[in-house]
Formats: sequence, C-alpha cells, structure tokens
Amino acid sequence: MTGLELDDVAHQAADDAMLAILAKLTEFRGESRFTTWAYRFVILEVSSKLGRHYWRNPPVPLDAVQWERLPDRLGLDPQQHAETTGIIAEIRHVVDTELTAHQRRVFIAIVVDGIPLNALADKLGLQRNAIYQVIFDARRKLRRALVASGYLEERGVRQL
Amino acid sequence: MNDHDTLERFLEADPRDVGCDEAMSVLHIYVDLVAAGLDAADRYPGVAAHLAGCGPCGVDFAGLLAAVTSEPD
Repeated sequence: MTGLELDDVAHQAADDAMLAILAKLTEFRGESRFTTWAYRFVILEVSSKLGRHYWRNPPVPLDAVQWERLPDRLGLDPQQHAETTGIIAEIRHVVDTELTAHQRRVFIAIVVDGIPLNALADKLGLQRNAIYQVIFDARRKLRRALVASGYLEERGVRQL
Repeated sequence: MNDHDTLERFLEADPRDVGCDEAMSVLHIYVDLVAAGLDAADRYPGVAAHLAGCGPCGVDFAGLLAAVTSEPD
C-alpha cells in the first residue's frame, strides 16, 4: 500500500482513533503517560484498518486450502521427504479429527493459507482474541500429537 | 538454526499467555515500562508471553513502542 491509498487509510485510522479516545477519555487512569494511552488507540485502529484493507485485493482468498504450502510455512526440510510427509499427515489428521468445523476453517486460513490474523478477524466478524485462541489451542493439540507419533520430543524435535 | 526451529516456534504455547484482549488492555503501561528501561516482562509475564506468541499483538507492541520512543522530548 502506497501513496493516496496509504494516506486514505492513515486518515481514516486517525479519525476513528480520535473518536475512540474522546469516548474513552474518562477511563484514563494515569497508569501510563497520556500520549502512550492515546497512541494505543491509533495503533489498534491501524491494525484493524489494515486487516480490512487486505480483502480489497487479497493475494490469497478465504478457503484457498493450500496444504502443499504448509511444509514451507513451517520450515520443514524438503530433503527430509519422509519426515516432512509424516509431520504434515499428522497435522492434517489432528485438524480433521480434533478441531471443530469453525476451528478447522480458522486454522487453515491462518496457518495453511497464511491469511493475516487481523484480516481473518475482519472477514469473519470476530475479535482478534477469538482467532488467536483457536490457533493457541490447536498448537497444543498438534504438539501432543507430534510427540505421541515420535516426530517431536517433549521439549524439542527429535533429530533424525 | 536447524530446519525445525520454525515448527518449534509455531508450536510454542506458553501457559502464561494471557491472550490478545488482556495484553492489549495494558499495552500502554507495558510499553511505558519498556521505554523507561524497566523489566516489563517481570511485572507482566503473561503479557510478555503473549507478545512473543501472537504476531499481530507483537507488531502493535513494536509500533506503539516506536511511536513513544520517537517523540521529541
């Protein structure tokens, strides 16, 4: 994003942040500098605007389901073909059997397709935290499964 | 760095992690502590764990810290 488009998003974020600051002014308790408290609203507005902006020209659409890209996203070594294939199969098994349909959609969008978390939150009308919790819980399930299947040790990956 | 570092980082799920809402609710306090050179992670370990594990919140933290530390005195 550059030029007029960037200026437009910046001005919208500034305007909306100002409204939020004025609405919350009585809640400022002096726990930080006032400017830091106020800037926080600007930062959060920018994050939200950028999430929405993603869908103007998305490099990856929702529900693209690009499992073939996951090894690269997770930094798995293509030279270790058998191990990489096994890890991905285990991840897919957990996603298919231990996640709800909603959790599966969120996981695939964020982890498999690489859609920014703020963009997905905007698209699904959810809070950022709701998306994050899905990923957080999925991480724990995946670690347990990869430990049980011998691909990971309790603290670290088994070196083959 | 070996080929599993990215996978390890992805699977990190610190039980102290407080989540986005709680982290963002004290972000201004956390940032002021960091900007003052104080140990914010010691005072807010759950927030520190979250900022390490959540990319978007980590970016917001970095952005707010940059904004307050680039202010003219």
